[in-house]
Amino acid sequence: MTDNEREPEADETAPHVDTVLATPVSGAEYDEPSPVGTERGLIIETSEGAQELFPRKDTGSEEILREAGAVLRLPEGVILNGDDIDIEQTDDETMIINMGPQHPSTHGVLRLMIELDGETVLRTKPIIGYLHTGMEKTAEELTYVQGSTNVTRMDYLSPLHNELVLSLAVEALLGIEMPARSDWIRMLMVELNRMSSHLMWMATNGMDHASTSMMIYGFREREMILAFFEKTTGLRMNHNFIRPGGTAADLPDGWEDDVTIICDTVLPRLDEYDELLTGQPLFRQRSEGIGNLSAEEALALALTGPLLRSTGVPWDLRRAMPYLRYDEVEFDVIVGTFGDNFDRYSIRLNEIRESIRIVRQIVEKMPAGDYRVQDKKVTPPPRGRIDESMEALIHHFKVFTEGFRVPEGEVYVAIESPRGELGCYLVSDGSPKPYRMHIRGPSFVNLQALPLMMRGGLLADAVVACSSVDPVMGEVDR
Amino acid sequence: MTTTVEGEPNSDAPAPGAAGGSSARRRLGVAPEVLFVTREQYVSVIGGLRDDGFEMCADLCGVDYLTHPGRTLPDGVAPERFEVVVNLLSLSQSRRVRIRVQIPAEDAVLDTLFALYPGTEAMEREVYDLFGVVFTGHPDMTRILLPEEWEGHPLRKDYGIGRVPVQFKGAPGPR
Repeated sequence: MTDNEREPEADETAPHVDTVLATPVSGAEYDEPSPVGTERGLIIETSEGAQELFPRKDTGSEEILREAGAVLRLPEGVILNGDDIDIEQTDDETMIINMGPQHPSTHGVLRLMIELDGETVLRTKPIIGYLHTGMEKTAEELTYVQGSTNVTRMDYLSPLHNELVLSLAVEALLGIEMPARSDWIRMLMVELNRMSSHLMWMATNGMDHASTSMMIYGFREREMILAFFEKTTGLRMNHNFIRPGGTAADLPDGWEDDVTIICDTVLPRLDEYDELLTGQPLFRQRSEGIGNLSAEEALALALTGPLLRSTGVPWDLRRAMPYLRYDEVEFDVIVGTFGDNFDRYSIRLNEIRESIRIVRQIVEKMPAGDYRVQDKKVTPPPRGRIDESMEALIHHFKVFTEGFRVPEGEVYVAIESPRGELGCYLVSDGSPKPYRMHIRGPSFVNLQALPLMMRGGLLADAVVACSSVDPVMGEVDR
Repeated sequence: MTTTVEGEPNSDAPAPGAAGGSSARRRLGVAPEVLFVTREQYVSVIGGLRDDGFEMCADLCGVDYLTHPGRTLPDGVAPERFEVVVNLLSLSQSRRVRIRVQIPAEDAVLDTLFALYPGTEAMEREVYDLFGVVFTGHPDMTRILLPEEWEGHPLRKDYGIGRVPVQFKGAPGPR
């Protein structure tokens, strides 16, 4: 009441400001006359309260259960006792601190609210959304051709995986068969991207363990791969190279040599990292037995990727539900045993070795042929034809302005990104733009494991546990 | 009234003679079973599927069909404005199943899957945040991506995109 009464007074006394600038931009202001049945009454009141972590005395037992890892409601009926950490807990002795969103070890703009007793983590709550840019909404405004420029910015450490999953979904709706060479080019790029993403993780994880040399080494090797990407796609990141209907271009001349040099350089250096980290007592003590997860917990929380494999579940979509030509190459699925940070480290290290193995097979098996599907509906004409043919020019113009139409339907496609199951749920209403595009980001789901992994550990280990989840905030917030 | 649809409406598209590709696509999970359930059956059907070996709820998302009312649905399923789509994954059988639930606009409420699959906690919060579908029984039905004082649910089709007024002299107002 008092607020309502004060409001006009404040306006009268305030100096005159340009009202256009003061207009909120939440969207409702600029709505076109709304379609059927869309009165504001439909929009639910948004008074759901704060998303933050509250002191223990203000928190219900159900809430504590959820924060401490909802997983503990396992099928076996294990119910978590909120006080089972062996520490006297009162609100006087515990304290809630904020880590992030600008903390360097949160790998982006992740904010963790942590309840501490001394140095022991009692509760954690990840708060996300600081990088939310509404990319799923944006996707509804872009044609399928433009879509890959949008999704490539989600998981910015493995952009090619994002482009691949969108392209596979669109092609599944179109029902087109891809030429063999385009599949193999995609596989090559995606595996190199997996290497660069894992190398980047090795670098940042090393830094979280206070190994700055690993930081420099990881970036050095990643740069080699990014240089190859730049040569092939024109850009180091956010390539827009894998598109619905194939790839943007063929591989450059001499790509076999470039790729072989990358493999020959990175492979022996992985042994150096093995020596630098694996054999190092400090590193082992800080990673073994830290951030433990069990297989039941991982499955219940829908964790995928190295997090799931570290618990001993041999689940890799490349092997279990092969896409592209993964059933024609040999590789091993790396599986851990204990579900701790050290397992996740070893899995990622060895996955780089497996990716090198796959890349070498791709160099041998790369077939000749077309790098994009020869379907006039989807594929623009070659650049050379545009100069000599009016029809080709119109065709090119139509593909890039209006886009191509995709038959009505819905599809869910998932691939194995470096972080886990990257899924794309695509709904088409028959127009050139997706009716709905949803990306199932592995980091978004995997972040749910953090409260569980950090629980009862030390604050210094929380940093390492966060790192071993390998969240990419661009994908979490989308 | 559970309606099962084997394959996609347009899954007859792959050309004959390309068996390798189409079988790969089938394995990809592109042509899985799609189940249409009512809101009352939702939790019990998914609970039954979990007991049948679908260990993981891979994905849960919402769709707003406001501007696409005439979509293809099997007989006996009345289209509603919202749809929640759940993708279950069976690791032991390498199989996916997709469950689609119709949710009317005037009563956008659905039971939570939290007790069955705790991993849906963040996904349901995301659907609530962006579509305004309330999941009853969820322990923490708050916004997850947007700030808590945000008005409206942006992925709804009637939510305007909005433009930022540009601060130039004589600039036209928002179009």
